[in-house]
Amino acid sequence: MGWFSWGKKEKNQEAPAKEDLWTQCTACKAMLFKEEWHKKWKVCPVCGFHDKLAARERINLLVDPKSFYEFDARITISDPLKFTDDKGSYAEKAQQACDKTGLREAVVTGRGKLHGLRIVLAVMDFNFMGGSLGSGTGEKIFRATEFARKKRMPLIIASASGGARMHEGIVSLMQMAKTSAALARLHEAGIPFISLLTNPTTGGVSASYAMLGDLNIAEPGALVGFAGRRVIEQTIKQKLPDEFQTAEYVREHGFIDLVIPRKDLRDTLHKLIQYSMNTKVD
Amino acid sequence: MSFDFEKPLEDLETRIRELTALKESKPEVQTNIDKLSLRLEEECKAIYSRLTAWQTVQVARHPERPSLRDYIAGLFTDFIELHGDRCFGDDQAIIGGFATFEKHRVLIIGHQKGKSVEENIRFNFGMARPEGYRKALRLLRLAEKFHLPVISFIDTSGAFPGLDAEERGQAEAIARNLRDMSRIATPIVVLVTGEGGSGGALGIGVGDKILMLSNSVYSVISPEGCASILWRDGAKAPEAAEALKITAPALLKLKIIDEIIPEPVGGAHRNMDGVMKAVRKSLLKHLAELKGLSIKKLLDRRYEKFAKIGRF
Ligand SMILES: [Zn+2]
Repeated sequence: MGWFSWGKKEKNQEAPAKEDLWTQCTACKAMLFKEEWHKKWKVCPVCGFHDKLAARERINLLVDPKSFYEFDARITISDPLKFTDDKGSYAEKAQQACDKTGLREAVVTGRGKLHGLRIVLAVMDFNFMGGSLGSGTGEKIFRATEFARKKRMPLIIASASGGARMHEGIVSLMQMAKTSAALARLHEAGIPFISLLTNPTTGGVSASYAMLGDLNIAEPGALVGFAGRRVIEQTIKQKLPDEFQTAEYVREHGFIDLVIPRKDLRDTLHKLIQYSMNTKVD
Repeated sequence: MSFDFEKPLEDLETRIRELTALKESKPEVQTNIDKLSLRLEEECKAIYSRLTAWQTVQVARHPERPSLRDYIAGLFTDFIELHGDRCFGDDQAIIGGFATFEKHRVLIIGHQKGKSVEENIRFNFGMARPEGYRKALRLLRLAEKFHLPVISFIDTSGAFPGLDAEERGQAEAIARNLRDMSRIATPIVVLVTGEGGSGGALGIGVGDKILMLSNSVYSVISPEGCASILWRDGAKAPEAAEALKITAPALLKLKIIDEIIPEPVGGAHRNMDGVMKAVRKSLLKHLAELKGLSIKKLLDRRYEKFAKIGRF
């Protein structure tokens, strides 16, 4: 199999072979030939819906083949609060997330090449506890940012997250400050940082590194915002427009530079890095 | 207003008040008053020494708890409020300005909660919009330029979750503060006086020292919010409060905060002067220490302070 063989295992493995060949678009419900859909990086050919990519899939999308070297693969969740709710412990839940995704944290970091240009890359994975920002997540992003600063390599962080990881309490909240502090130094050092906001990027992640790009780039239709739609509706007691908190809406309000379809993402990022590093014109 | 767990105190206070009213005509009640007062203090001590996390949340949210304006009146002279973010407006949920603290000229910023309905509408219950965070950052830059140390008072249930706040970039405003506060080249002392509500608190909460009043709380999410998500039942907030480890002693143990400022017996809402005294003493100590550091050392330490939280 190709690039997608090392992503998340398909759920309906035991379904009849016929169904295995097909998948349904989450948005328009069209039946899609799975192989075609994967070739289009999980973008629906009918309605253009951009489904979530696993971290490994996105890395494959963005970097040149065989150029990716992962950092800190051994960093996994820690449980500073020894958190338990009525359904069990965070430690168990996290272990399930590891087993389900084959990851050890909600972000994969490393260095690689994009059309031959060296980059540092951090890619979040929504499948791992909703891409929540745990201390392991924060530490990996912090270290990747430090690496980018020291090696003077551009940094790209692809976010996909519901926000802070409440099972880690205040330690999770403080990862917002920690990652942002690392970005402050990167910024002072004059190193470019491109933030890629994918569906969804909300809460504590949008309120820290995801909104701090020199360039903020989003995928079409991605949910981008701070507070949840339901909380806002309850607070202001008014119905929100359908397009509220979509990437396009946030661009219109001035917080996103570009909304780029997935098929063009790699080439666009390449161009942006060329400008941000002021590379020699061919 | 009082809480269930404060009922015994409430009863004693009522009896003391009743006896005090009789004192003119019956001077002999004084012995009784003294006895009851002593008992009140002991009960206060006993109850407040074993507050659960959820009870602490209630104390931290007490409507009569000292608010920013009480601290301004009680600790500072010559407060000059400065308005506006130079961009959109002047948020009254976060206010700030110059002030004199003993022998220190300082800049203060902080969440402003109201004590009446009218005030709460004006201050939006201390829930700031982007312009509040942007005003705070503008003032922080002034403090940096004028070499004034900063004291930041935190007391908010969270950043305002509203349509307008989202449209004007609530996430971006908080994010920028987190980034830039880590590099503001002047001492910053952060004091959580009541509720430290998530990103809305942290948005003015990056500094060199993080202090908490003994009955304040600081949390990634409200106990109610956490309970409704993880327990699927907002009524489980007491359980969530316990699990989230949001009290000052728990946060000191986790090495998130630097110091707990003890409140007078029975909580800050019972003894405003006592709170001011304790806060003054602590702030003086920390300001003196921080002002003695070179800016490079100060910023290196600030960086390390956050870098080490959740280090592997
Ligand atoms: Zn579709």
